[in-house]
This record gives sequence, C-alpha cells and structure tokens, in this order.
Amino acid sequence: MDERVSFKQGNEMDKMGKRGGLMVLFAGLCAGAMDAMAEYGLNFPDPVTRIGQDIYGVHMLTMQIATWLLVIVVLVMVYILFTFRKSKGYQADQHFHKSWFGRWSWVMVPAMVLMVDLTIAGSAQSTLERFWNAPKQFCSDEGADPERCFDMNVKVIGHQWWWEYEFPEYGVEYQGEFYPVTVESRPTDEATAGEHYLRDVDNPIVLPVGRTIRYLNTSADVLHAWWVPELGFKRDSIPGYVMETWAKIDADKVGTYRGQCAELCGTWHSKMPIVINAVTVEEFERWIENKKSTLLASLIEANAAKEWTMEELYTKGEAAYNTKCSACHRPDGGGLPPAFPPLRGSKVALGPVVDHLKMVLRGKNTMPAWAMLSDLEIAAIVTYERNAWGNATGDVVQPSAVQAAR
Amino acid sequence: MSSSVSASDDPYYIPEPSPWPIVAMLAIFSLLMGAAFSINGVGFGSLLIVVGFVLLGYMFFGWFGDVVEENMSGKYSGQVDNSFRQGMFWFISSELFFFATFFGSLYYIRNISVEWLGGTGYLAATHEFITSQFVSQWPTAGPLNLGGSFALVNTWGVPAINTAILLSSGLTLTWAHWGLKNENRKQLIRGLTMTVVLGVIFVIMQIQEYAHAYGALNLTLESGVYGSTFYLLTGFHGFHVIVGALMLAAVLGRSMKGHFTEENHFAFEAAAWYWHFVDVVWLGLFVLVYWM
Amino acid sequence: MSSIESRYDDLHHQSEPHEHDHGPIKGWRRWVYSTNHKDIGTMYLMFSLTMLFLGGLSAMVIRAELMFPGIQLLEPDLYNNIVTNHALIMIFGAVMPAAAGLANWMIPMMIGAPDMALPRMNNLSFWILPAAATMLILSFVVPFFPGGGSQINTGWTLYPPLSIKVGMSMDFLIFAIHLLGISSVLASINIIVTIFNMRAPGMKMSQMPMFVWTWLVTAFLLILVVPVLAGGVTMLLFDRHFGTSFFDAAGGGDPVLFQHLFWFFGHPEVYVLLLPSIGVLSMVIPTFSRKPLFGYMSLVGSMIFLGTLGMVVWAHHQYTIGMSYGAVNYFMIGTILISIPVGLMKFNFIATMWRGSLSFETPMLFAISIVIMFVFGGLTGVMLAVIPADMQYHDSMFVVAHFHYVLVPGAVLALFAGVFYWLPKWTGNMYNERLGKLFFWTNIIGFNMTFFVQHFLGLAGMPRRIIDYSVQFTEFNVISSVGALIFGLSHLILLYIVIDTIRGKNREKATAQVWEGAKNNGLEWDLSSPPPYHSWTKAPKLDENAKYAGA
Ligand code: HEA
Ligand code: HEA
Ligand code: HEC
Ligand code: CUA
Ligand SMILES: [Cu+2]
Repeated sequence: MDERVSFKQGNEMDKMGKRGGLMVLFAGLCAGAMDAMAEYGLNFPDPVTRIGQDIYGVHMLTMQIATWLLVIVVLVMVYILFTFRKSKGYQADQHFHKSWFGRWSWVMVPAMVLMVDLTIAGSAQSTLERFWNAPKQFCSDEGADPERCFDMNVKVIGHQWWWEYEFPEYGVEYQGEFYPVTVESRPTDEATAGEHYLRDVDNPIVLPVGRTIRYLNTSADVLHAWWVPELGFKRDSIPGYVMETWAKIDADKVGTYRGQCAELCGTWHSKMPIVINAVTVEEFERWIENKKSTLLASLIEANAAKEWTMEELYTKGEAAYNTKCSACHRPDGGGLPPAFPPLRGSKVALGPVVDHLKMVLRGKNTMPAWAMLSDLEIAAIVTYERNAWGNATGDVVQPSAVQAAR
Repeated sequence: MSSSVSASDDPYYIPEPSPWPIVAMLAIFSLLMGAAFSINGVGFGSLLIVVGFVLLGYMFFGWFGDVVEENMSGKYSGQVDNSFRQGMFWFISSELFFFATFFGSLYYIRNISVEWLGGTGYLAATHEFITSQFVSQWPTAGPLNLGGSFALVNTWGVPAINTAILLSSGLTLTWAHWGLKNENRKQLIRGLTMTVVLGVIFVIMQIQEYAHAYGALNLTLESGVYGSTFYLLTGFHGFHVIVGALMLAAVLGRSMKGHFTEENHFAFEAAAWYWHFVDVVWLGLFVLVYWM
Repeated sequence: MSSIESRYDDLHHQSEPHEHDHGPIKGWRRWVYSTNHKDIGTMYLMFSLTMLFLGGLSAMVIRAELMFPGIQLLEPDLYNNIVTNHALIMIFGAVMPAAAGLANWMIPMMIGAPDMALPRMNNLSFWILPAAATMLILSFVVPFFPGGGSQINTGWTLYPPLSIKVGMSMDFLIFAIHLLGISSVLASINIIVTIFNMRAPGMKMSQMPMFVWTWLVTAFLLILVVPVLAGGVTMLLFDRHFGTSFFDAAGGGDPVLFQHLFWFFGHPEVYVLLLPSIGVLSMVIPTFSRKPLFGYMSLVGSMIFLGTLGMVVWAHHQYTIGMSYGAVNYFMIGTILISIPVGLMKFNFIATMWRGSLSFETPMLFAISIVIMFVFGGLTGVMLAVIPADMQYHDSMFVVAHFHYVLVPGAVLALFAGVFYWLPKWTGNMYNERLGKLFFWTNIIGFNMTFFVQHFLGLAGMPRRIIDYSVQFTEFNVISSVGALIFGLSHLILLYIVIDTIRGKNREKATAQVWEGAKNNGLEWDLSSPPPYHSWTKAPKLDENAKYAGA
C-alpha cells in the first residue's frame, strides 16, 4: 500500500511481478507446512492397515487440493484488495462483464471446477471400491480369492457405555452348547488411567497382526460408532442390524491403538474408549486359549449346584456391579437422577426380590436388559444391591431364584 | 377501514392491523402444549387442547369473516385474488411433500430395511448373525413379530368402496363448479352437498374399518412396520379428508348465502383444489398401501 | 447509461409521506396486530438478535466446559442438552428469522411493492416463532422439575433410538419443531407469492435484485423440505408414544430411516441458511466495488442448480451407517459436484471486485472476509464429501470446524453485513463506522481463533459432542475457548452499535442513497431513509431494459 506510487500502467506491471514472486514463496511455505503438520500430530495418526493407508492418501490428496485452491483464492483477493482501491484513485471498469471473459467465464469456471472434482472423485473411488464391500469368504474356504477373503470374524457390540467383543470362531463347548469367547471392555477410572485418561479400558481387545479380520458392528441399545483412527475408519453400530468392515493390521505393526466411540449415545458418550492390543499371531493364540479356559471355569462355577453364602455373593456382586451397573447407578448407588434412579433406598431394591430380578432381567426404558448374564452373576449383583449402601434387607439371592425368574 | 394503496389504477389491498394472527398463534400454541402435556399423562393437558380448539374455531370465524367481508365489499382487486390462489397452490405443494415423506418411508421400509433383515442387500449380514429366523415378506410385523399375527384389510371391500366414493365426490364437486360457472345456484348447492355427504360417508366407513381392523383382525399401530405405516398413511389421509370436508361445508354455507359469483369464488376453488389433492393422495394409498 | 433518478422523475415526491400514508397505530397493537412488512421485519430481526445472544451464551458455556479436560461446570446430559439447544436456537432462532427479517424489510422495497402479498399471514408466521421458542426453552427447563424426565441428550439431529428413550422434554422439542416448520412454510409461501405477484409493473424476473432471487430459491427449498422434517419428527412422536416401530428393527423398521428423513431436510436446510446471505453479498459487493454485479444470469442459474442438487445429496451425512457401494458413490459424486455452482458464485463475487473501485466500509469488510472464509469452509466440505476420508472425519471436531466455517461466515456474518448495509436505510442514521471496524476485526480474529484449531483436534481424533476429552487435546481446546470468549464479547460491540444507531443521538443522518455506489443497485435507494411507513403506495414505473440488481 504505497501512497506515493501514482497509478501508472508500467509501474503496475512491475509491482505485479514482485508480488507474483512473493505469492509463489507463500504458496511454497503452505505446501511445506503440510508435512510439518503430520509430524506435530496435527494430522491423522499413521495408519497401520492397508485400507488406512489408502484412506490417508485420499485425505492428503484432497487436503492438498483444498489448500492450493485456498491459496489461489487468497492470493487473488490480496491482489484485488491492494490494486483496485478507490483510495488509490482506481476507476471501476464498468464494462468488464461485457468482455469475452465476462461472456464465457460461466462455462470456463465450471469446467475447471469439474476437472478438479473428477480428480478428487476418481482417486476416492478406487479406494472406496476396495474398502466398501467386505468379503464374504474365509481365506480357508475352498476357492477363496486371496485378495478378498478374511481369516476371522470379530463381532463389535456397542453398549451404553462399553464395548463387547465376540470371537465367533473361538469358544468352548459346554453341555452341548457353544459359548464364544467375549471380551467386555469398559473404561477405567481416572486414577488408574493416568496419562491415558479417557483412553484406557480394563479389558483391551487383543487382535493378531497380519491376519485379515472382518468386523461385524452392531449395538445392543442405541447408536454408537467404533472408531480407531489407526485402523483408518469408523463404523456405526446400529441396533438390530449388522454391518461389515474389514482390515488387516500390517504384520510389523505390533502395538497399542486407542480410539473411542464417535456417535452420540447418551450420558457417557465421552467415556467409551477402545483399546486394541495388536500382537503376533502366536501371542494371540495363547491369549485366546487363556480366555477359553477362564470361560470354561466360570461356566462350571456358575452351574455348580451349590448354595452360595452371603459373603461370596456380596464380593462377587460388588465386583460385577462396579463394572456393569455403576456407570449409571454410580458406585455409591446414588444414581444420576432424573435420568438414572438411585438404588440406595430404592423401592425396587428394598421390595420383593422377584420384582428386583425382573427389572434386571428385562430392563425398562433406558435400563438395559441383563438376561445375557449368568444366573450366578445376576444373583450376586442383586444380593449386593440389596445389602450395600445401607440397603440392609439381608436377602441372599441364589442362582436358582434367578433361574426361576427368567 | 381501508388503508389500501390509493391513487393507483389497480390498488393492492393492505388490511388494517388485525388481531387474528395472534389468536391463531395462541390457538396452535395451546393445542400443542396441551398435546405435549397430555401424551405424558399430565392432567391439565387435555384442558389446554380444548382451549386450543375453541380458540382455533373463534379464529377461523373471525379471520375468514374479515376476509369475506372485505371481499364482499369489493376491496380485493384481481391481484389480491391471485395472491390467494398462488398461496393456496404452494400450501398444497407443501402438503404433498408431507405425504411424500410417508410414502417414501413406506418405500424404504418395504424395499430396503425389511430386505436387509431378510438377508438381501447391503446389510445382509444382519440376517446371518441376528435375524436368521426372519423371512423378508410384506406385510410383516418384523423379526420379533411385534403385536402378534394379524390379518389384512380386504382391498376389494371397504377400501374399494371408499375409492369409488372419493372419485365420485370429485365428480360431484366438478359438477358443482359447472353450476357456479353457469350461475346455476341450485346445481352448485346440490353438488356441494353431495360432495360433503360423500366425504362424511367416507370418514364413517374409514372409522368402521379401523374398528374392524383393531378388533377382528388384530391389526394395530403396534403390529410392526406394517401396522405403523398402514395407520400413519391412512390416518393422516383421513385427517385431511375431515379438514377438506369442513372446508367444503363452509363453502356450502357461503354458497347458500349467495356469496360466490361467476368470476369471484376463490374460496370455492381453494376448497376444491384441496379436495382433489386429498383424492389423489387416496389413489396413491389405495394402490400402494392396500393393493400392492 | 441512464441513471436511476432520471428514469424516475416522478418518483421523488413519493419518498415524502403523503396523506394516504398514515403512520402506524400507537402502542402494543402496532406490533402484535401488525400487517406492515417493515414492522414485522423489525420484529423478526429483534427476535433473531435475542436468540443469537441466547444461542451464543450456550456456546460460551460449551466452550467454557471444553476449555480443560475433566468435567467442571455441567453434568453430561446437561452438556448435551445445551449443545442441542445451541444448534436449534442458532439455526431456527437466529439465522432463519434474521434472513426472514431482511426478506420482509427488503423484498417489497426492492420489487416496488406496497407490502407483502399476504400481510396477515405474514404476522402469523412471525408470531409463531416466539411460541416455538417458548416450547424450545421449555424442553430445556422441564427436566429440572420433579417428574420432568431426563434431558434431551441427542444433539440437534435427534437420532433414534436415543431420542425415543428421552423423557417428556423431547415432546416439547418435537412440537417446537412443528411450530418452527409452520412458521417457515407460511413465510415461504408469502415470499414466493410476493415475488411472483407483486413486482412493480414492468419488472421482469430477470431484472430482480439478486437478494430477491436468492430468497425465491430459499423459499422453494423450505416448502419442499420442511414438511419432510415435520413428517419425520411426527413418526418419532408415534414411536415414542403410540407403539409404532418405524425406527425399531424388532418390528421391521430401521433407525437409519429417521436419518434419511432428517438429512433430506437437513442438507437443503444448510443452503436455506446460505442463500439469503449470498443474496446480501450480491448487493453489498457491487455497491462497494462501484461496478455492476458480474454474471447475473450465471448466479441465478447456479443458485437453481445448487437448490436442485442440494435436494438429492442428503446422505453424505450418513456415510458411516452402511449403504450400498452404488448409493455412497452416487452421494459422494453428487456432493462434490456442488462445488461447481458454489464455486461459480464465489468466482462471480471475485470478478465483481476485479477492476472495481473498492472502498472498505464495514459491510464490505465483512463481505471480503466472508468470501475467503467461506471458501475455506466449503473446501473442508468437499473433503468431508469424499467418503473414504469421511470415514475418519465423521463425527469428529473436524466436522464441527467445517460447519462453523460455513455457518458463521456463510450465514451469520453475511447477515451482519446486511444489517450494516441497510441499517442507515432503516433508521435514517449512519452507524458509527469506527466501532463497526472494531467489531469486524475482533469478530473475525475471535472467530478464526475459535474454529481454525478445531480442524486439528478432529484430525487428531477428538470426537464431537463429548463433555470430556483426554489430555492430549488440551492445548488446542484452550486456544479455541479463549478465541470463543473474544468472539463472544465482540458481539457486545454489535449490540451497542445497533442500539446507538437506532437511538440516533449525535449520529450523522443518512441520505436516501446512503452509499456512494448504491445508485443502481436496487429500488430501495430511491426511497427516503428511513422509508415511509408504506413503501411504494404507487408502483414505480420501470425501464424495461434496466436491471434493478445493478447489472
Ligand atoms: C451454511 C451451511 C453449510 C454449507 C453452505 C455447507 C456446505 C457444504 N457442506 Fe456442510 N455441513 C453443515 C453446514 C453447511 N455445509 C453442517 C451444519 C454440517 C453438520 C451437521 C451435523 O452433523 O450436525 C455439515 C456437514 C457436512 C458433511 C457431513 C460430515 C460428517 O458428518 O461426516 C459433509 C459431507 O459431505 C458436508 C459437505 C459439504 C459440502 C460439499 C458443501 C458445499 O456446499 C461447499 C461448496 C463450496 C466450495 C467447494 C468452496 C468454493 C468453491 C471453489 C473455490 C471452487 C473450487 C472448488 C473445488 C474444485 C473443490 N457438510
Ligand atoms: C447458525 C448456527 C450456529 C452458530 C452461529 C454457532 C455459533 C457458535 N458455536 Fe455452534 N453449533 C451449531 C451451529 C451454530 N453454532 C450446530 C448445528 C452444532 C452441532 C450441534 C450438535 O452436535 O448437535 C454446533 C455445535 C457447537 C460446538 C460443538 C459441541 C460439541 O460437539 O460438543 C461448539 C464447540 O465449540 C460450538 C461453538 C460455537 C461458538 C463458540 C459459536 C459462536 O459463534 C457464538 C458467538 C455468539 C455469541 C457468543 C453471542 C453474543 C454475545 C454474548 C452472549 C455476550 C456474552 C459473551 C460472553 C459472556 C463471552 N458449537
Ligand atoms: C444404561 C444405564 C444403566 C445401566 C448400565 C444399568 N441401569 Fe439400572 N436403571 C437404569 C434406568 C434408566 C432405570 C430406570 C428405569 C425406569 O424406571 O424407567 C434403572 C432402574 C433400575 C432398577 C430399579 C430402580 C428403581 O428404583 O426404579 C434396578 C434395581 C436396576 N436398575 C438395577 C441395575 C443393575 C443390577 C444393573 C447392572 C447389572 C443396572 N441397573 C445397570 C439405567 C441403567
Ligand atoms: Cu457410544 Cu458414543
Ligand atoms: Cu450436508
């Protein structure tokens, strides 16, 4: 903005040249900034799957195009603002829109934009095609296409406000029934989580690297979305429907990957972290064997025809309550009224045992139904609720009572 | 009482300040407040609804009374008449989109969500893992068969008769319009009366059909998506028939008073358009809800 | 080129009130019973300002809570409720009524009409708004009473099944949406009829000022999509209370159906918010460039194209919910193509400034900053439209950054520009230009500080709609919250300027033309400032070949 420079054609050209140089420099800086961005954690974390890398590529391409377009617009605007000023005596060109440019720009501009659009859409499409339709075949199936098959399923079930994972191919036979291994993954509290505040869980899901996994997303109550940025995508959990996605963690990407629920799911939506421990296949096999034997032990225990004592049930119940029920009813039984009623002094918890059991088994409104828990677990929780926090009913609820109430 | 634009050849009538809009607002407000309270079982809700209806009636008489009076005293130019016509036209267009929502939902449910649950289409994995017992078909009450089994209303019973009724009511209305155009008041009044009577018969048949469906057929609002879409579509249509019949009844009353002339009968046309719109929606219903 | 004065030799006397033109009646009835487009316009604008402060106050609470990790001020449900209300109040309470207020004030003046076509209905469409706002606020208040049930923790999108589980406050919200819908549909009908039927004799559609065109397209969009939202929430109401299962898989329904209905409304809705502002810019930019609007017909064409395309791309908000490959591909390409009409619009604005003679009064400052910032917001929109990448961005703070970059410049700031542009015309007083500039600078600095960093938060993995976040996101959230404070406080300057100009003490009087460059740019500048109570009691005679848009 140099006041002394009078408005002369020659001078103007000269200045345009200088400005042009500055603009190129500025644009270069912007492009350089992009690489720096990734380094300082301003961009996506580095993806660990092939699909994630493709998506990352699409993202970087569109972001670069967007940045360049923005730079062009800004430069043009800056040029206009400094050149065509009334305060510098610039007279408006009343016939500009009647020039050939004015006549034809309405075709030229869309054509140019369309070209950029097609570039973006084209690069997105090839990625989309690979990623969108999950394969339907196991790699071990006969005639499976090695490029489009999966090694194992993992069912991802969203709950208010925790995640449940099921390994449909891994499990134990017990009394003629098949029980798949499941992992109940709940947020850990602030003190334990430390630096991973809101990003840590008590039971991380363990997954093998180098094997293609088909994720089956669904939900038990409301919408959730399962998002681990390192895998490269998120998927919604819709109650009553199952959605498939697939990904393979690269064989050399052993590590811990954190994410969280990304679809508003009510009160504690902010507390639904996801932690994946990606380990080698051998380690995974060991882990799942371990899980299987624990599962078997708990099945045997829950079915033992045994009278449980108050102490046994109370301690078991306390542990189960604090993982399963305390998100809503709080560890002290105080609830979060008006959404979640307190159990301390609650009419149901102090009233007839049957009503209490029915409430837990069937649920009501936001209160989930807990029928998937074993008789023993429910008996323990109910015993605990009827005797903790000054609810001194003294009732000892046996698994057989739960069985009867089902 | 006119502050209309003056001096110009064709002045546009600008009404005086009017209390009716605010009464209309209060009427709708108390209706909806009442509805919000009463569906949650708060006692005074129904009182508010009653107040709302009373206000609404008062407003309609007052507002349209003013309009009629202004019209009769010749304050409206052709341009004002044109504004009313265009206004009614766009109002009906928006109503059309309201129904389009429900038809669209019916399409989505029949051809997308039920298909997925039954194991075809993009979310077919649902069938593999959750709804493996469910067979995609229409009608359906869904994988959990909500509301229990039900039977269907017989398309060629009451619905077919109702189609005939509505279609012929369209004819009688057009006949009345001819009467109006030819300054044959008798024909106008006869035609309108027949139309209103046919409308009332339609509503009565519809109510009886509902009662039959609820009782004998066990087809209720709770009968899964079939019951839901069935009652939503037919119910909102029935509501529109009632409104249309009320409009026609008002027009009938005004015809008897001799309000309409050959060229000045916007109210008649508005009601007629509305009625034809309701007619067309019914044809869509008959084909897509009852028949197919 | 003949100047507009010479074309209307006989117009001058019209600006002075004459005997037919009796003023407003006295007292509250003037407002409550009003049938005057200016009074109704004023009420719309006042209502909108109130709602802007209410919605802004809730935004301040949101930012205060998000300033640091941990839960400091609110309960989670209360937080979500405030987010829900923030969005609804801003969109339905602040932006749409402000645009409707401008339409009421300006459209009759711009097309040479005495008033809106249906004046009584005009009053009704305004007065429904306070009723709707009452119900909206009640939905927030009800849970604090015993028996009031739980809070609305669903966000403004009201997705089931969560919204089915909420207590009775949800019903208030649903009915509030019905009311808002009735209001918008009635207002739109009125605007369409006014534009079609009330133009001064001789004014062709192709001669209308661009602001009128933008509102015409907006009104059509509203008529077509608002009933869909009304239908959708009605189905929600039925699922909540009457045992239907539209959104319940157990009965064969699908929660996603609601999302389709919502976004079939929701995406055109964002163009409803955008287009009137485009209209304002197409009036402001030529005025301060002292040059006709570039590409009048291509702007009209691109707008119609935008409106049409905008109706068929809704599902880009739902990429993660599972649609077939064909469907997502279609929605992706459709959405990306929207950059064509919008790009053409922005190009036309830039070309209007090119070789113009620019001066930088407050409305123009806003217009220039809007062009740049909206392009930025639009470009992030295109990034979001690319499905594979949206699998990452979706429901993260990146989306929040995108939509505030389009909503605030693309809607709110442009409305500010319009207010500064026409305030002298409305009140007859010039506003304080120095304060106007101060407002502008604090405003855009605060705005960019608030929302620019949210892009990085989103990329780094922070979801939206969370009350509490992990410590790694702290720094940017602090910056964002401080920016929001600056941004929020800057609006107090706006409030002061507006009150100061209306009171008019020590303020310079505005001439009829107000701006040097406004000469050929709309009929409103031929009326006195402030204009007479009834604008064009006698229709102006127009030149057949002139454009009243200034082209
Ligand atoms: C005024 C409001 C407004 C406007 C104008 C826009 C404009 C656009 N929006 Fe935005 N959007 C919102 C308001 C708005 N949006 C809101 C409120 C949400 C979130 C809702 C919620 O979930 O709560 C949202 C969310 C949203 C999403 C969903 C994200 C998600 O949840 O995952 C997407 C995805 O496609 C999207 C895309 C776009 C696109 C492509 C445009 C286009 O119209 C932009 C076009 C403009 C340009 C492209 C810039 C100018 C053009 C050029 C300079 C030419 C050259 C350009 C190219 C060649 C590319 N928007
Ligand atoms: C037109 C629409 C509009 C407008 C104008 C705004 C304006 C603002 N929004 Fe808005 N916002 C939305 C529409 C809008 N928003 C939508 C649709 C959502 C999504 C909701 C959802 O997820 O469901 C959202 C969500 C949203 C979030 C995300 C919440 C979350 O996901 O958890 C945030 C967080 O920063 C935010 C912040 C702001 C801020 C700081 C402003 C500022 O611009 C506000 C500035 C204005 C004022 C501050 C008012 C004037 C001044 C005073 C009141 C004086 C007093 C001031 C002080 C005390 C400082 N908004
Ligand atoms: C998603 C949140 C949530 C979780 C988790 C939850 N509840 Fe509840 N609970 C509720 C809600 C909401 C109600 C109130 C239901 C109603 O009356 O509408 C409730 C009610 C109850 C009641 C009745 C209390 C009363 O006074 O009405 C009991 C007993 C109960 N829950 C037990 C449990 C047990 C045992 C668990 C864990 C195994 C549990 N809840 C987990 C939300 C939850
Ligand atoms: Cu689960 Cu959010
Ligand atoms: Cu959109």
